[in-house]
Amino acid sequence: MVKRIVVGAGYGLGDWLVQRVSALVMAVYSLILGGILLVCTPMTQHEWQSLMAGSCMRFLTLLFILSLCYHAWVGVRDIWMDYVNPIGVRLTLHSLTALSMIGCAGWATQIIWRL
Amino acid sequence: MPETVKQRPKYLNLVEIRLPLPGVTSIMHRISGGVLFLTLPILVYLFQLSLGTPQEFETLKAIVGNPIAKLILLALMWGFIHHFCMGIRILLIDVHHCVELQAARQSAMVVLCVSIPVTLILAVKLW
Repeated sequence: MVKRIVVGAGYGLGDWLVQRVSALVMAVYSLILGGILLVCTPMTQHEWQSLMAGSCMRFLTLLFILSLCYHAWVGVRDIWMDYVNPIGVRLTLHSLTALSMIGCAGWATQIIWRL
Repeated sequence: MPETVKQRPKYLNLVEIRLPLPGVTSIMHRISGGVLFLTLPILVYLFQLSLGTPQEFETLKAIVGNPIAKLILLALMWGFIHHFCMGIRILLIDVHHCVELQAARQSAMVVLCVSIPVTLILAVKLW
């Protein structure tokens, strides 16, 4: 067992858990959407739009978008932590990753919300 | 810190490293995740086109109809499917399945045996 002095800092357990939960959300969503696309093929643009505009689907898609962005943030942050040592470069990459994920989340949400 | 740091060899020659199968699928999980992260803006843009005006939808069709774009999208799909299958394997390991060496090797094999054929089926459907 790892012995550590508890100082109130985060040890990454929260992120580890979010990584798993968000993965499950995305997996379930992908299976649902993949199943729909498989059954209702070929789909016209109108059908596709009304599918994505439904309030239940919109709710699920929003969960997917948020899960994806948080999941990607944790995963890519881990990659930087493993391979990038200089603190300045790492901080820059971390910031760019977080900011781009926040941007993508807003962008994708706006796409489904204006339908 | 006690001064007993051992002089351990570092095998950093990537050409000489022989990763076991679970290691190979694991690094593929990381690479596919990284590539999907980098191409996310493109994917969101395509998603936007698919839900935009009929004109934008035609643009999307033209982009997806391009053989090179199709090939790139297929590679991304493979990345997604691999990441998906490998993610399920990781979740199983978290609940103490497939932890033993033999089971770990087998499940890594299963990941490849599912992800590659599914990608090929999608490739046939796309073309």
